[in-house]
Amino acid sequence: MSDQEMDMEEGGVVKQFMFVNRKAPYGTIYALEGLEVVLISAAFEQDVSMAFIDDGVYELKKGQDTKALGQKNFSPTYRALEGYDIEKLYVEKESMAVRGLTVEDFAVDVTVLDHAEMAAKMAEQDVLISF
Amino acid sequence: MPMIEAAGKSFEVDEEGYLINLSDWDEGIAAYLANEEKVELTPNHWEVINFLREYYSEYQIAPAIRVLTKAISKKLGADKGSNKYLYKLFPYGPAKQACKIAGLPKPTGCI
Repeated sequence: MSDQEMDMEEGGVVKQFMFVNRKAPYGTIYALEGLEVVLISAAFEQDVSMAFIDDGVYELKKGQDTKALGQKNFSPTYRALEGYDIEKLYVEKESMAVRGLTVEDFAVDVTVLDHAEMAAKMAEQDVLISF
Repeated sequence: MPMIEAAGKSFEVDEEGYLINLSDWDEGIAAYLANEEKVELTPNHWEVINFLREYYSEYQIAPAIRVLTKAISKKLGADKGSNKYLYKLFPYGPAKQACKIAGLPKPTGCI
């Protein structure tokens, strides 16, 4: 058993969970469902992080306006994650670059990782859940 | 979905009694929903209800209870940000009952 798994809290084993977001926020339900699962997972006091890759980087974009889509703009909810103690938000550098995005475009503070660093971060996880 | 007539308006609720259209909410509807929950609204109740509405308008979600107590502690003081205080005001659960009266959806992750 690793040190990580020995880290007992309130009788439970704390595992590293990473939720991987790859889709644009609207058009499919993945982004919203993924976000809700993350918020629910916070109740289980696990070590939760989120990764934003490919079109998933658009989920964090500032200034989203969904009026014409007739859908709820859930992007402000990413700003609530801090209150849920989910502060590890990793964004892939290459995905940002090809979409012309910088950290200034995001509504929340993120950690930018390049492709290799992201792969290493994923390899550290106990559980990866992809949306 | 059931329609309710109260406070001179008609509005839609879901099968658990949560308001469907957040924009229907006003203080009269809050009073009606509180009465349904057998909660007598005092200024302390309104403080929590208004807090929840502000939280929702900022983040577009109803907070989980743990998050609510932490946020209330920060804004209104630790004595009010306790489970004990909030359960005294809303015996069936502050996140669940107070959110309903505040016209918000059921909190995400409320199991």
